[in-house]
Amino acid sequence: MSAANKEIRPPVIELGVMGWLRKNLFSNWYNSLLTIFGLYLLYILIPPLVNWIFLDANFVGSTRDDCTNEGACWIFIQQNIKLIFYGLYPTEELWRINFVYLILLISGVYLLIPNLKHKGWVGAFLLVIFPIICVVMLSGGLGLEAVETRLWGGLFLTLVIAGVGIVLSLPIGVMLALGRRSKLPVVSLLCTIFIEIWRGVPLITVLFMASNMFPLFMPEGVNFDKLIRALIGVMFFSAAYLAEVVRGGLQAMPKGQYEASQAVGLTYWRMMALVILPQSLKMVIPAIIGSFIAIFKDTTLVLVIGLFDFLGIIQFVGTNPDWLGFSHEGYVFAAAVFWVFCYAMSWYSQRLEKKLDTGR
Amino acid sequence: MSSELMIEMKNVHKWFGELHVLNDINLEINKGEKIVICGPSGSGKSTLIRCINRLEEHQRGNIIVEGTELTNDSRSIERIRGEVGMVFQQFNLFPHLSILDNCSLAPIWVRKLPKAEAKEKAMEYLKRVQIDDQAHKYPAQLSGGQQQRAAIARALCMEPRIMLFDEPTSALDPEMIKEVLDVMVSLAQGGMTMIVVTHEMGFAKEVADSIIFMDEGQIVEAKNPKDFFDNPESERTKTFLSQIL
Repeated sequence: MSAANKEIRPPVIELGVMGWLRKNLFSNWYNSLLTIFGLYLLYILIPPLVNWIFLDANFVGSTRDDCTNEGACWIFIQQNIKLIFYGLYPTEELWRINFVYLILLISGVYLLIPNLKHKGWVGAFLLVIFPIICVVMLSGGLGLEAVETRLWGGLFLTLVIAGVGIVLSLPIGVMLALGRRSKLPVVSLLCTIFIEIWRGVPLITVLFMASNMFPLFMPEGVNFDKLIRALIGVMFFSAAYLAEVVRGGLQAMPKGQYEASQAVGLTYWRMMALVILPQSLKMVIPAIIGSFIAIFKDTTLVLVIGLFDFLGIIQFVGTNPDWLGFSHEGYVFAAAVFWVFCYAMSWYSQRLEKKLDTGR
Repeated sequence: MSSELMIEMKNVHKWFGELHVLNDINLEINKGEKIVICGPSGSGKSTLIRCINRLEEHQRGNIIVEGTELTNDSRSIERIRGEVGMVFQQFNLFPHLSILDNCSLAPIWVRKLPKAEAKEKAMEYLKRVQIDDQAHKYPAQLSGGQQQRAAIARALCMEPRIMLFDEPTSALDPEMIKEVLDVMVSLAQGGMTMIVVTHEMGFAKEVADSIIFMDEGQIVEAKNPKDFFDNPESERTKTFLSQIL
């Protein structure tokens, strides 16, 4: 093509809806093709899904016979809601779980509202006193009837496993990361071995070991609660992954920060707690929350050792002869609930990052 | 001027692997003295002052700061770091803390001052370096010169008896050098014992009691400013001076 007689065309309009469409969706022939293909996919997927979930769905009734419409039978979820949320926890004791939820909700909301006073105390309460309340309220004691952990289940069990795993694995992970970078060869070697062993084993193996192998090594008559064994497994597994995430953050710290802290006379632990960790943890917030989300979803594996978590109990309820054939509803519901929790964590992580940003 | 001995270095040697970075350093610094150390890059001048507060470890010889010998004993290191303030080339402020918190952190956690008192004192020093109006900003929001003055205030908040400056103006834009040097001059006039690694020869002429020229890990020449600039003895000093003046 010769440049001399190339016709100069007016510039393409990039303003308004048409301009935007032309620039972003129809800028050339293959973009246009992809756009049309994408629209077609949405057209064949979305309407049936909306019909199934909402428009043609059954919401009122008490047995499967009430599900006369073509869409989803949400009565299935509704009728089994107690099992799905609380497992086999005795009905007359459910207020204890709800009471714990309520405390968690109130203090959580308090912490999320900006500019309130005494947040430090609320945080300390959540980390120190709240766990004690949980143990007493949930498993019994102080005049409350004991509820064995084999009756725990459903979303409640998922939250217990994920909550304990997440809350305990972070400090352990931080200590492991510091240990791995320690100047003392023994400490560093032990931490490295610990981290690599846990990271090298699939979680499902960890859970099997905790549930089936561990009792073999214990003297006769000594019996740890199966849930506690699973919790310890999940906790160390998650801690090993977090340790490497945190170590990445520590390695990204400029040397000058260490030197400046030492020069003003801070000891090792104060330097770490006041200067190094606040900065390096902040850098790896996205990766830490990523680990938390992974652990939350991985809790579904406890089904293999006979603990009925949220997903497990939904599958279990689906095998009830009265409700055979409603597994789709169960899985869609499970996916929605999992998404809400995981997205909440993701949202919180972004909020935290913005809040802690002080420039560099 | 009283001649209380503050820092004593006797036959100090240090190696980085094969490299002999400090080669038989002998140095005595009295209370209130201002020493400027200069020399080509890689001559060991930064390493020398970093040995004084144990950011680097010397391998042979003795370093005695205010009567305490630097050994591997962490208590002696802590005691000396409490007496010696340091200002870095890259400022090294803590970016996650406000300027005020940068200054009050160590007084609160090392000196165990009550929070209110530590902050009050921090404000006092920030006023002295004329950035008290920036106290509640974060380091990233300040100019280089302001950051370096904040870093000086942070060191002063520990009320050190000795101040070390490691090329404090080398990372600054030219128009900001003066504001930092002014602070250092007024500090010198206040009687602080100072060791300054710098190439700011104007500053050296104005405040130094003695200028030390280092090359290849050795102290080549140590003289008062007038003699240093007017009659340098060694060829190496002459070459260096001809390059930077």
